[in-house]
Amino acid sequence: MTEGGDGQARRTADRVARESYGKLVAYLASRTRDVAAAEDALSEAFAAALAEWPKGCPDNPEAWLLTVARRRMIDGARHRQVAETAADDLRELAASLDAAADERAIPDQRLALMFACAHPAIDPAIRAPLMLQVVLGFDAEAIASAFLVSPASMAKRLVRAKQKIRAAGIPFRVPEREELPARLGAVLDAIYAAFAEGWTDPAGTDAARRDLAHEAIFLARLVAELIPGEAEALGLVALVLYAEARRCARRGADGEFVPLAEQRESAWDAAMIDEAEALLRRASTLGAIGRYQLEAAVQSAHIDGRRRGRTDWAAILQLYEALSALTGSPVVAINRALAIAEIEGAGAALAAMPDANEDERLRAYQPYWAARAELLGRSGARDEARHAYDIAIGLERDDAVRRFLQKRQAMLQ
Amino acid sequence: MQYLFLLYANEGVWPTLTQEQQEQGKAAYLAYTQALRKEGVLVSSNRLQPTATATTVRIADGKSHVLDGPYADTKEQLGGYYLVDVPDLDAALAWAARCPAASHGVVEVRPVWPMPDHQA
Repeated sequence: MTEGGDGQARRTADRVARESYGKLVAYLASRTRDVAAAEDALSEAFAAALAEWPKGCPDNPEAWLLTVARRRMIDGARHRQVAETAADDLRELAASLDAAADERAIPDQRLALMFACAHPAIDPAIRAPLMLQVVLGFDAEAIASAFLVSPASMAKRLVRAKQKIRAAGIPFRVPEREELPARLGAVLDAIYAAFAEGWTDPAGTDAARRDLAHEAIFLARLVAELIPGEAEALGLVALVLYAEARRCARRGADGEFVPLAEQRESAWDAAMIDEAEALLRRASTLGAIGRYQLEAAVQSAHIDGRRRGRTDWAAILQLYEALSALTGSPVVAINRALAIAEIEGAGAALAAMPDANEDERLRAYQPYWAARAELLGRSGARDEARHAYDIAIGLERDDAVRRFLQKRQAMLQ
Repeated sequence: MQYLFLLYANEGVWPTLTQEQQEQGKAAYLAYTQALRKEGVLVSSNRLQPTATATTVRIADGKSHVLDGPYADTKEQLGGYYLVDVPDLDAALAWAARCPAASHGVVEVRPVWPMPDHQA
């Protein structure tokens, strides 16, 4: 035991929570697949820690928490068993947890837990929130506020997803070689969705969302570290670092929106960009191209263009062509059209734009209308451009971006 | 864990197949059933008569209401089932994907509710 104190107990608990929460949940739930029971037991263990640790912090806080949590879990299972559970469950739980009791290092099964959260049998929309909760310990309220849904509905959907993992027998395992790419894609997509939710708060005023971007970067790094040699995992880390490096530069001194072309390079985080470049280079040597590497390469090309004062639009167009072939995403099609505008002009770009009449997802997608407005404006179709700006402005949630679009609209001659 | 595979397909198609096609269909199911048995995962399985033979029963106001026809009129009908015992959902989904019904219809995979030992 080392010197105690309330403050130190809380700091130690906070640090262990940040670093070990997912590890402990993954370990406690790996046999029974009962994530909710593992979370409950662990939160009781943390509460006990806050009461006990001020008298003296244990040498191995992780093991201490695990011991308390497993006792709670066995008690809980014993309780439930009277009502419903099969006896096997309890025996297996007790045996597996006892076997681990003496281990100093808890095996890291967070990756297996993430694969369970992003299993094809889990609703894609709940995968990111689920991962944030069970791997990082976010509460439903914080997740709900970041994903702009009501806390009650978020809590309900998280509970349902955890029940499905347990009742449907979704395994905690890292998929075999041949199915790994597809399954890893779902894990990376969920992490990127979490990052994108955080990223939509560019001013960084909303703490829950800013944290979300940071936590998503933490998860992306974790996956890249736990499955070394996966090009797309490295690609995702590179992509989120490129984006994060320019977070502050997206707002001017008065909080106005600053498009990439006008951002001050000095406001970028150069170290973060260097790290992203190195990761992307390493990914490219692995010979397995994918969505995240391509998107990171687009970011790299834009940054390189700003630094040289000349953007290689042909290269960017080529990257979007590859992305389009890979994903068929309408968002990619919009960006591809914008690259065409730089090479062949607004007319060719308008012809390359996807049609909102054929894809209803685009009808409420602000960047589609903003891109259309921009291209129409450049081609001289002022009335149509004004109309498209109206729609884009009506769809935008962010004040600064709305003001930027209004300014662009007013500049139409 | 036990999983029930519910096999749904358009039952109107079967009578329109040539005799040769029907033989091929039966052979595919036979081969699949044998593969499940050989791996020791098959608990039981059956093909069901068409929904035209179905009758539904419901008690309302203490009285039994018997109706001709299946519970739900759907485009694809429940035509059979396999009950299998495998370690987890991934194993179940891999087997379900090999079921002939996954190619000409759809297979719903449902975990069986585990019962305490003394009730089993």
